[in-house]
Amino acid sequence: MIDVHNGGVSTSPVELEEPEVDDATLLASPWVTIVWNDPVNLMSYVTFVFQKYFGYSKKKAEKLMMEVHHDGRSVVSTGTREAMERDVQAMHEYGLWATMQKADQP
Amino acid sequence: MTGFKRHRRSGACVATFTVFEADLLRSLAGQLIELLRNESATAELQSDPLERLLDFSGPTSEPDDPVLARLFPTAYPDDEEAAGDFRRFTESTLRDGKAGAASAVIDALEEAGLTTEPEDGTFIDVELDEAAALTWMKSFTDMRLAIATRLGIEDGDEDYWEKLPDDDPQAQVHDIYDWLGYLQETLVQAAR
Repeated sequence: MIDVHNGGVSTSPVELEEPEVDDATLLASPWVTIVWNDPVNLMSYVTFVFQKYFGYSKKKAEKLMMEVHHDGRSVVSTGTREAMERDVQAMHEYGLWATMQKADQP
Repeated sequence: MTGFKRHRRSGACVATFTVFEADLLRSLAGQLIELLRNESATAELQSDPLERLLDFSGPTSEPDDPVLARLFPTAYPDDEEAAGDFRRFTESTLRDGKAGAASAVIDALEEAGLTTEPEDGTFIDVELDEAAALTWMKSFTDMRLAIATRLGIEDGDEDYWEKLPDDDPQAQVHDIYDWLGYLQETLVQAAR
């Protein structure tokens, strides 16, 4: 692999080993939107929302809905913190109970 | 009692309500708007009057009313500061959206002929295009969440509600909840 920023000719082991901690952390730990089960929302409606908002296929939307239903929660989207804030807000607009957290958080 | 159907030619979601049903829906939508406006979505009052005047931010803590707390859940359960920021930037918009959806339901019912003193025996026909159907679904959801929170509905408690005597006020409210669920289910199927 060639490190373009060093012109591909760098031989300095010090420079090569310098980790860019912030970027690495950002890339390693994206955020997730979680939808939680509630006793009110209809299965058909939850599936409909996943299809409508995320553009998921009926099959994928149903799979996520069943996860919410049986496991009590499901990760419905993954991405940057800003994108997940938009998704959580949209889920609240639809009346679904959604939260967000870092992907590597239990 | 009939739910929504898809009109074959126009693709619209159509339903016919008795005047009693339409009036009930209008009343539920009105109560929702009142609730959303009641406990205002503003930040805690600043002690300094100038600060108070200049404070355009939204609320940062969970609403006291359990219905509002359900309608506007805490986005970051483990991070109070981030949760407060999220709430400040989103709750007012969400409140306006939900109140706007409920108003749209009322407007559609009134445009379809629901008057202030409706006469028995007449019917209200509503016809919803795709966007309106989505708005109604959201509002049905908010109404159902509100009623469920007030009644304390939980998973698997159907037996409890079935066994309540018919004249129990809670049973009557639960009937309305079930009816809204039926409308929601038929609307989702019709809108697909």
